[in-house]
Amino acid sequence: MQTTTQALDITVDNLSITYSNARLALYNAYCRVESGTITGLVGPNGGGKSTLFKAIMGFLQPSQGRIRVGDFPVLKAQKRQLMAYVPQSDEVDWNFPVSVFDVVMMGRYGYMNFLRIPSAKDRRLVMESLERVGMSEFRHHQIGELSGGQKKRAFLARALAQEGKVILLDEPFTGVDVKTEKRIIDLMMQLRDEGHTILVSTHDLASISTFCDRTILLNRTILASGTTEETFTEENLTMTFGGLPVMSLQQMFAKSEVDV
Amino acid sequence: MIDLLAIWNWLVEPLQYGFLRQAIWVSAFVGLICAVLSCYITLKGWSLMGDAISHAVVPGVVVAYALGIPFAIGAFTFGFGATVAIGYIKSQTRLKEDAVIGIVFTGFFAFGLVLVTKIPSNIDLFHILFGNVLGISTQDIIQTLIAGFITLMVVLLRRKDLLLFCFDPNHAKAIGLNTQVMYYTLLSTMALTIVAALQTAGIILVISMLVTPGSIGYLLSDRFDRMLGIAIFSSVLSCVMGTYLSYHLDVSTGGSIVVFLTLLFILTMIFAPKYGILRQQLRQNEIIVDR
Repeated sequence: MQTTTQALDITVDNLSITYSNARLALYNAYCRVESGTITGLVGPNGGGKSTLFKAIMGFLQPSQGRIRVGDFPVLKAQKRQLMAYVPQSDEVDWNFPVSVFDVVMMGRYGYMNFLRIPSAKDRRLVMESLERVGMSEFRHHQIGELSGGQKKRAFLARALAQEGKVILLDEPFTGVDVKTEKRIIDLMMQLRDEGHTILVSTHDLASISTFCDRTILLNRTILASGTTEETFTEENLTMTFGGLPVMSLQQMFAKSEVDV
Repeated sequence: MIDLLAIWNWLVEPLQYGFLRQAIWVSAFVGLICAVLSCYITLKGWSLMGDAISHAVVPGVVVAYALGIPFAIGAFTFGFGATVAIGYIKSQTRLKEDAVIGIVFTGFFAFGLVLVTKIPSNIDLFHILFGNVLGISTQDIIQTLIAGFITLMVVLLRRKDLLLFCFDPNHAKAIGLNTQVMYYTLLSTMALTIVAALQTAGIILVISMLVTPGSIGYLLSDRFDRMLGIAIFSSVLSCVMGTYLSYHLDVSTGGSIVVFLTLLFILTMIFAPKYGILRQQLRQNEIIVDR
């Protein structure tokens, strides 16, 4: 159904971000998200994962550095509908009076005319996207009526409907059962094989080596990045999660080894 | 039979007065505009911003009078100017938004008070504060209509973008839309709505008309279109009934409209089928029984 298209990479060049309360959230971050891969972004809470995401999406203005998507600056890439974003669940107002169908249709607004009247193609792509995440039967539900996993899938469908070449998922596995997690991972792998570039932030260390081609470790700056095999080492993880009890780290690490 | 006729006469008697019929349709029109905006304002959480704009228009009305230009232009300039000032101060200082809003709108309002007491004019502060739809002049009606129609047109043309902006501004940005433009579109339509409502409800009671209809709709529906319909219905009904009853009861028209609207809200809050207090109580009891 979907055709393979030219993949785009993301280059983050010497990025620093300072919040308005003068806190330095991220400093001198360099990294490259290779095109056509699933890249995991791993780091402790408050380590700047969401900040880096928001900078890549242009929601935050960097105090220094630049970001490029393929050959484009972020704003241009967005105007060309190249970048889709799946937000964290707590960033969404779930009481908002919109249906699942309405939300997925919002993925198409960038293609529509001034009045945002959906074309037959827009409707078809919305239905196909809903089908693909298995949410067709819930399309008339208000978004707050969904379970945690269904909520994620609804917003994933919006990203699919947008047909972005680069997809960013912020903590897609929080509040989601194992079955849904598996389902989201399968979908990400399909999308990668179709030529999408996927960047996903997660706490879930156990599953990273099962689906991430590459990993970026982050704690206020980029500590390591590369293929998951070379990056995801005990030494690197201890450095990244420095403050955590070593025991729990070892457990997580042991678990991820078993999974491989 | 005679009794029925007497009641009928008593009911239609007010409608033979041209000024009252005029007040009813003008306030119904204002109720329609306010209801449309109120849906966006309640969803965006901008009630306080509405409060700020409405108070900030006062110096504009006085300045417009002194310069001999239509009051709507002065009021809009100052109302919209206040939102720009709020946005600027918020981005340049570490103050939280509610503090900035509080400072700016009281500052504008106080400046208006100073002006109105210094510049000799026939402006009645009481009318600005609480409205005067029964005594509305033709020129004021024309200004109300112009401000109202511009608001309706803008919202009609941009309604999907505005709704997206209220729901998920980050997504709007992610698909390359200009959220800065949406932000100021919503603020300027709010300022225009307040200008349109100035003569009917006054700057204090207009807050109710900008918040309550949307809240009633929000408690009764999970879909935006239905919420909008309910908001418009309850707002227009309140404006018509409030104006009509104010004649019989011989009370303030603006006050009567807002009391009627607030009563509708209280009924909704208690009896709404899904989100009403009674239903929520019942649901809690069911859970306890289930255990």
